[in-house]
Amino acid sequence: MKSFDYFEPHSLEEAVGLQQQGQGRGCWLAGGTDLLVQMKEHVRQPGLVINLKKIRGLDDFHFDSVTGLRLGALVTAREVETSPLAHQHYAGLARACTDFASIQVRNRATVVGNICRASPSADTLPPLLADDASLCIHGPRGTRTVALEGFCTAPGRTILAPDEIVTHVLVPAPAPGTAKVYLKHGRREQMELATVGVAVSLTMSRGRCSRLGIVLGAVAPTPLRVPTAEALLLDEEPTRDRVHAAAAAAAQACQPISDVRASAGYRRQMVEVLTRRALVQALEVLR
Amino acid sequence: MNQVINLTLNGEPRTLMVACHRTLLDTLRLEGGLTGTKKGCDVGECGSCTIIMNGKLVNACLVLAVEANGAEIITIEGIQRSALELHPLQENFIKYGAAQCGFCTPGFIVAAKALLDENPRPTIDEIRFAMAGNICRCTGYTKIVQAVDETAREMQENGREAL
Ligand SMILES: Cc1cc2nc3c(=O)[nH]c(=O)nc-3n(C[C@@H](O)[C@@H](O)[C@H](O)COP(=O)(O)OP(=O)(O)OC[C@H]3O[C@@H](n4cnc5c(N)ncnc54)[C@H](O)[C@@H]3O)c2cc1C
Ligand code: FES
Ligand code: FES
Repeated sequence: MKSFDYFEPHSLEEAVGLQQQGQGRGCWLAGGTDLLVQMKEHVRQPGLVINLKKIRGLDDFHFDSVTGLRLGALVTAREVETSPLAHQHYAGLARACTDFASIQVRNRATVVGNICRASPSADTLPPLLADDASLCIHGPRGTRTVALEGFCTAPGRTILAPDEIVTHVLVPAPAPGTAKVYLKHGRREQMELATVGVAVSLTMSRGRCSRLGIVLGAVAPTPLRVPTAEALLLDEEPTRDRVHAAAAAAAQACQPISDVRASAGYRRQMVEVLTRRALVQALEVLR
Repeated sequence: MNQVINLTLNGEPRTLMVACHRTLLDTLRLEGGLTGTKKGCDVGECGSCTIIMNGKLVNACLVLAVEANGAEIITIEGIQRSALELHPLQENFIKYGAAQCGFCTPGFIVAAKALLDENPRPTIDEIRFAMAGNICRCTGYTKIVQAVDETAREMQENGREAL
């Protein structure tokens, strides 16, 4: 690692001020599980590292049955994994935070850091996108809230300016009759990046599918929501044929690449299998 | 940029001068003189640098030393009871042949200690799940799982204080 200056601001204003003094050469540090690896591999060589962990109010983890879930920037994957509330209301996210690296890494890695890293295979992104999550962003001009959809623009790239901090992720409360599933496919169960990830968030009312999010991970430059697949089930009875058609539409929509983990063709086939399986599992939960 | 950090290292208060870009792993080994914690991959993949920081299992290679200011750290050296008395996990790693070259062993024992602190009677699946972040290229894992399982069983028979 190259040497850098290190700061532990106690407020958002102080943090933004430090970044501006550093003329954008600074990096925010949360759990450090991506940043430290990138600095060691010289992918990033920041002049200053600004640790967010001493900033008050960034550790809240709050659920309300009307307003939904509010996760602060310092909430770790392990906290979500071990939260009964998360498993009850945000089963996809809880699953993603469990099938993720190791306990050692999950004790450090934050959900917001996982979002900001914008990896195509990030596990928390598909379930959060399927649930219509949004982000609170603090910057020099105050605070704004943006939809998570559109936040990641390319592998490793987001709409954030260097002096902006994501303070919270907000996830709407699930309507009655909602089931969520995240399926991660890899060669082994633990310590594996997703070859394909599929998140489904599905609400049924009066026998019809009234809300649906289907999001694919690791098969496009950024996690991919597939409205063409969702449309085949929305406002319809989820028959076997419609579920199969939606899975086929998801496979059609994805843009996988071939790499060390799998070929593009294999990924596309797995998208179909896993989308079908995730939809069936979600419908079983509701039966 | 250098900084002075105060931390509790295996129960002992210590003050160390560290460079800000130094990892906690290098600091433990070089400034702290505690070489039981190993450096395998240095990027979070192998678990040989596993320590307990403020009660949580972490990879010391992915923590900056400056972040440990004020922290309570337990390393493999803090798990052994005294120069002459091993921890029951260490006894069972020997008994079951769960260490061959031994490079991964400190990390496995620290991870096992954290598991048993949290869940005194884990199932075999829970043991395997808890150790997923630790890699061993010698033993094939079966003996490691057996050693942890046996320690948990003894612990239940002899009462928790045995640990
Ligand atoms: C061994 C290993 C295995 C892994 N396995 C998986 C896996 O299975 N699935 C998976 O999805 N990921 C995996 N990861 C990556 C995962 O640990 C990270 O993506 C993690 O979630 C990032 O969070 P962090 O708190 O550690 O972020 P950091 O490393 O601290 O930061 C990551 C990036 O986000 C920026 N950032 C952090 N917080 C904020 C904020 N509040 N506002 C603005 N920018 C911010 C940082 O500047 C940095 O660029 C693995 C990593 C390792 C080392
Ligand atoms: S040296 Fe830290 S995980 Fe390998
Ligand atoms: S005993 Fe050699 S790596 Fe585990």
